[in-house]
Amino acid sequence: MNSRHTLSVLVENKPGVLARLTGLIARRGFNIHSLAVGVTEHEGLSRITVVVDVEDVPLEQVTKQLNKLVNVIKIVELEAESSVRRAHVIYKVKANASTRPQVASAVDMFRAKIVDVSTDSVSVEVTGEQGKVDALRDVLEPFGIKEIVQSGMVAIGRGSKSITDRALRG
Amino acid sequence: MAATPSAKAASGTSPGATPVTATPSSIRRTTTPEVLTGAQAIVRSLEKLEVETVFGLPGGTILPTYDPLFETDKIRHILVRHEQGAGHAAEGYAAASGKLGVCIATSGPGATNLITALADAHMDSVPVLAITGQQSSKLLGTDAFQEADIVGMTMPVTKHSFLVTRAEDIPEAIINAHHIATTGRPGPVLVDITKDAQTGTAPFVWPEEPQLPGYRPVLKPHAKQIREAARLISEAQRPVFYIGGGVIRSQAEKELLKLAEATKIPVATTLMARGAFPDSHPQHLGMPGMHGSVPAVTSFQKSDLLIAIGARFDDRVTGNLDSFAPNAKVIHADIDPAEIGKNREVEVAIVGDAREVLSEMLVELKGKFPKALEREREPWWRFIDRLKTTYPLGYSSHGELCDPQYVISRISALTGPEAVYAAGVGQHQMWAAQFVEFERPKSWLNSGGLGTMGYSVPAAMGAKVAEPDRVVWAIDGDGCFQMTNQELATCALNNIPIKVAIINNSSLGMVRQWQTLFYDGRYSNTDLNTGHETIRIPDFVKLAEAYGCEALRVDRNEDVDSAIEKALSINDRPVVLDFTVPPDAMVWPMVAAGVSNDEIEYARGVRPEFDGEGDEQAEEQIIAEAGAEEDGTVRSVAQIEGGLE
Repeated sequence: MNSRHTLSVLVENKPGVLARLTGLIARRGFNIHSLAVGVTEHEGLSRITVVVDVEDVPLEQVTKQLNKLVNVIKIVELEAESSVRRAHVIYKVKANASTRPQVASAVDMFRAKIVDVSTDSVSVEVTGEQGKVDALRDVLEPFGIKEIVQSGMVAIGRGSKSITDRALRG
Repeated sequence: MAATPSAKAASGTSPGATPVTATPSSIRRTTTPEVLTGAQAIVRSLEKLEVETVFGLPGGTILPTYDPLFETDKIRHILVRHEQGAGHAAEGYAAASGKLGVCIATSGPGATNLITALADAHMDSVPVLAITGQQSSKLLGTDAFQEADIVGMTMPVTKHSFLVTRAEDIPEAIINAHHIATTGRPGPVLVDITKDAQTGTAPFVWPEEPQLPGYRPVLKPHAKQIREAARLISEAQRPVFYIGGGVIRSQAEKELLKLAEATKIPVATTLMARGAFPDSHPQHLGMPGMHGSVPAVTSFQKSDLLIAIGARFDDRVTGNLDSFAPNAKVIHADIDPAEIGKNREVEVAIVGDAREVLSEMLVELKGKFPKALEREREPWWRFIDRLKTTYPLGYSSHGELCDPQYVISRISALTGPEAVYAAGVGQHQMWAAQFVEFERPKSWLNSGGLGTMGYSVPAAMGAKVAEPDRVVWAIDGDGCFQMTNQELATCALNNIPIKVAIINNSSLGMVRQWQTLFYDGRYSNTDLNTGHETIRIPDFVKLAEAYGCEALRVDRNEDVDSAIEKALSINDRPVVLDFTVPPDAMVWPMVAAGVSNDEIEYARGVRPEFDGEGDEQAEEQIIAEAGAEEDGTVRSVAQIEGGLE
């Protein structure tokens, strides 16, 4: 989707930094599609991967405004072609003794994994790009999905470069 | 989202988990650092930063800090009557002096009362440091007495903020806050300090320099962009300088004057930039925007090159963006990269400090495009000069009461350009921006971005403290004055002899003007009953006298001069002049909100006649002559460039 952008934001690990970032994006009226926060190889720095629905021109304004946040060290937009992106999803699917083999075979085809089994359901974990996890969902849907939980998208640039070598965007 | 609280805990507790970036190698420990309470560390830090004045009002959670504040002889604390007053006073102090303004308040309502002033400083890029007390760290998040999440509440309206919960973190937070507030694009910074951080003790270690890895304002403009800008200037036939408040904040007035005189390009100064270029200068066009002068507004519309320096293409300047300066290329220089291209696409973007940008542009023009400095720009000036003579600022009288424009022009004439003028928001603000003759920067203080009624009196108070040898006028409205006049008590008791001119039209005048023009004269809730032939509640003369001020009412134009002269002769207490003016006086020229600047009205129903027959011919002639000149110039530029390759 054209208007969906993945931003990798390197921030100081300071109280309130996530609130500053999400508050700023919300104030500009943009929808946060997904959000993931975690540590980095540098102690004291965190990395926020945020996927936003926004056209190019307002995106530039968002990155410029984000760059003004004192705790933001660097912002990089990760393009689909030059990065690896993964989300982690767990689906709880209706499955009894008769349908369980069909579910299991779908799971195998997606290289997903059954992580919990009960008499009338299985829980399936899958990791992959949004397209892949959505496709598995479509396949599982007919069996009846009881519950979905999804992590934020994480993304990393391809090749040997680290975000800390990359030029600042915006 | 759950990652942040745990991450927060990690960075806040054990020394081993302190972020690498926040462990400054440059913190040099003296042999045995003195152990201070957090409260003492606050005062010591302010002293280290050479803060001389703070405006504030104590309360429970900031009480520990008021004890060492009582002792220091290096810092003057001025006790205000309302925290909003402290905030605007800090703004006025900063805007008049160019230094940091500091205000202090307690937690909860004390802190929330500062928010308007912080938002105001944020919009107008005023360097302000606000220190607030906060409930003890153990009580945070428990809805304790006078607890308010002021850091959370002010995130959208501050440049940055800190919550400090440990005494040892105070010096670094304050030096960082000072650095952020005063550098780059200036702005307000809040430091919220818990009561236990103030009462706790720690060795006082003053960082040699601020430690802010994510904060690196760009001051020096890119040479390539300067070259490109100079090239556009050399090619332009109808260029105009669009000067914003950034020129005042960066103290770039001399560089602007030099560049403008060298290039003979006309200069318009926005509401925030009044005084950045002398009003008396023949190249000055006045103010652009909703109530701008016809020459400024029209020159933008007819321009082929806008050179915007430290301005932000605010809607009150551009009117309808799509039809704003439709034929102009844009050079936009600003210290804040996010302003460039935000509202209007630009041909040349320059990130940098206004002073460096202006001086480097001149160097570049002299070096690479000397022909551009020889041009007289005659057809363009002929067009502009005709606008200046045909559509000067003016007003028509409304009968027996004082004319507001007359009052303000007399205040200006009798007081002179060395004074400081602080306005509230509304008609009187626009008249002051139009009719005071500004000759120097930092002489005009007003709430341009946020439009805060009540700014004037406390801002004038702050300005007078910063610049005690200057006359400081608060030009206020009867509505605005009623929002913050309690600070007259602060002025009277602390020997801060400001002069207040209330332009009293007995109504919320600007709103009333819109009701006249756009709501068929249905005056819904705009009558204030403070003026002529009303019950005068309150009676401003009695009110001012109750506050220990000298006060006078002036009803007629012929008494205006003597009242102003009397006010100027009194310097041992504040003076309040209640000028009774008619509610029907309106601010002209005007571009109605959201319409094209081409629709400017010189007076009600009077459009400058560009489309009239005579003017059309004149305009065609300008374009034709400019075109003729263009041919010659383009060639010469091409030659110059050829020579460079």
